Amino acid sequence: MRIEVSRRQMPSRAFAYLSPAIALALTMVLGAVVFMALGKSPTAALYSYFIEPLTETWSLHELLIKATPLILISVGLSVCYLSNNWNIGAEGQYLMGAVAGSAIPVLMPEFQSFITLPLMLLLAMAGGAAYAAIPAFLKTRFNTNEILTSLMLVYVAQLFVDWLVRGPWRNPQGFSFPGTITFNDYALLPEIFPASGRANFGILFALVAALLVWLMLRKTMKGFEIRVLGQNPRAGRFAGFSAAKMTFFAFLLSGALAGLAGIIEVAGAVQHLNEKLSAGYGFAAIIVVFLGRLNPAGAVVAGLVLALTYLGGEAAQISLQISDKSARVFQGMLLFLVLASDTLIHYRIRFVTSGAAAQEAN
Amino acid sequence: MGMFEAILLTVFAAATPLLLAAIGELVTERSGVLNLGVEGMMIMGAVAGFAFAQITGNPYLGALGGMVAGALFSLLFAFLAITLVTNQVATGLALTILGLGLSGLWGEAFIGVPGVKLTPIVIPLLSDIPLIGRLFFAQDILFYVSIALVFAVSWFLFKTKAGLILRSVGDSHGSAHALGINVARVRYLAVMFGGACAGLGGAHLSLVYTTQWIENMTAGRGWIALALVVFASWRPLRILLGAYLFGAITILQLHIQALNLSDLEFLPAPIYGLMSVLKSIPSQFLSSLPYLATIVVLVLISRNRRLTLINTPAMLGQGFVPDR
Repeated sequence: MRIEVSRRQMPSRAFAYLSPAIALALTMVLGAVVFMALGKSPTAALYSYFIEPLTETWSLHELLIKATPLILISVGLSVCYLSNNWNIGAEGQYLMGAVAGSAIPVLMPEFQSFITLPLMLLLAMAGGAAYAAIPAFLKTRFNTNEILTSLMLVYVAQLFVDWLVRGPWRNPQGFSFPGTITFNDYALLPEIFPASGRANFGILFALVAALLVWLMLRKTMKGFEIRVLGQNPRAGRFAGFSAAKMTFFAFLLSGALAGLAGIIEVAGAVQHLNEKLSAGYGFAAIIVVFLGRLNPAGAVVAGLVLALTYLGGEAAQISLQISDKSARVFQGMLLFLVLASDTLIHYRIRFVTSGAAAQEAN
Repeated sequence: MGMFEAILLTVFAAATPLLLAAIGELVTERSGVLNLGVEGMMIMGAVAGFAFAQITGNPYLGALGGMVAGALFSLLFAFLAITLVTNQVATGLALTILGLGLSGLWGEAFIGVPGVKLTPIVIPLLSDIPLIGRLFFAQDILFYVSIALVFAVSWFLFKTKAGLILRSVGDSHGSAHALGINVARVRYLAVMFGGACAGLGGAHLSLVYTTQWIENMTAGRGWIALALVVFASWRPLRILLGAYLFGAITILQLHIQALNLSDLEFLPAPIYGLMSVLKSIPSQFLSSLPYLATIVVLVLISRNRRLTLINTPAMLGQGFVPDR
């Protein structure tokens, strides 16, 4: 049997909406198979992965905390990928944003005022954007592949954070554990409903960012320019759009949002900068982008789904002694299946048995 | 064995996995497919190599297991990118993410378990040659394989008909299809070759370089291998130069980190001064050298647009759907 694909005349609208759902369903089926292979009950495992985290208020708060960086980063990356700029170093921009924003509470702990937090957020966006500007500059000036440079800078950023929290920024009262001092109250993001859980105002930033970028893509000339340059750079040039400027725009925007995600994580849930900050959100956000079909509104839903896999991994570890590393397997499978399902939008798929092929030949 | 020789030996050991992964990816890219999943295929090779060596007690079967695991894992990518014509950049990333996850899950049982080492094969007489003998003729099998592969691939690509077909698919899949070449089959084979090589490179890490399983032990080597292909401008023999250059950078920074200044007091004052300056650099900055060097090298190579354009396979990263 052979699989043949042929291009559709028009992209299928039905599959554009269906494909993420198909991918999610297939991921659960495959996940069940993996759990059976691990000798666990698939129904119990899927329950603790996808239902249990939704049954308690405190864990709904945790869901929002995890979804916040995923949504913020993936909204920015959507713009990058739509315009054909392959920024895969968001993890590094997230870290550098966190570092830049943390400079205020760590270096000037006595600067406590109502503008402390806004300054931190702005500084973090500037830090993330500046770090993203490096691959953008190298791409536009020297024609250097941005995939590889942005990825290499992730490792550099991780080592830089490691040096900071073990070296110059280490809390002298921290019993030689790596990490900075705990931020003062003015440098912390307030919680929304402190009575029921830890969720902070970061999620609102994520939703506002998604809305603004969605409006830009849908309603403005800039959105049109992003699409044209992404789908047909030649046509874009004839229309007078500059691909180099677009590269900077996409990288700076996504870097700023990743940096914002970094400081929200530090000033929200963690409350100080430490070496464990790099939790792979920058890479998981790539999955969110594609699951959300490169649409900021989709990214909100997809970000919640991915956040659920993080919590589900923890829940399954506690209740079923399944390693929380299974969460990353889930995430990898999900991206694979999303990409495979997306084929249905642009192509018809035919299964050709050898008998049928022979008939055709006659 | 002198200190210099000992350092060179470690450089060789650091270069071999890069060389293996890069030469495989070069063949894949020559067929017009950009597989960004090298890191994922390498880490699967590392964990599978370790596992098979544990189960069988034989490190050679371990290396074979790593190779087969890499090739099978690359099939996932091939099915999506070639048959289902998905975006190759995204699919390659998916392979890396899945590989890092799967290997972490599979390898959990091996953390802290002592591994089985692939011992060197000492070639009699040749290994007695002063200076170079031990370097070139008393190495593990994967070293010999990696060197042989570079020359074999160079010969295959530029001196055989099959190599010409592979390059034609990479440079113009439409024309190749019109000539009756099965584009998809060529690309499947090229991707699987790349996967097998990356798997072998990963197995080198867990059977020779460190002889244990550590999560994420590839530490970006798959990405450096991808950069090496660009550095070599898709020419096999230049991969050799690049891999050894990066092996040297990796090892030198490790040696500087491990340097004991009191052992070096015999050196002339300026050199001792330089050493103490290097030693005072925080270890994290030294560790980031290979990644920074990758960026610098990529910039130096790619700023020459014409050179890059001439050598880049014209169809790199583009899916192919034949008109029926």
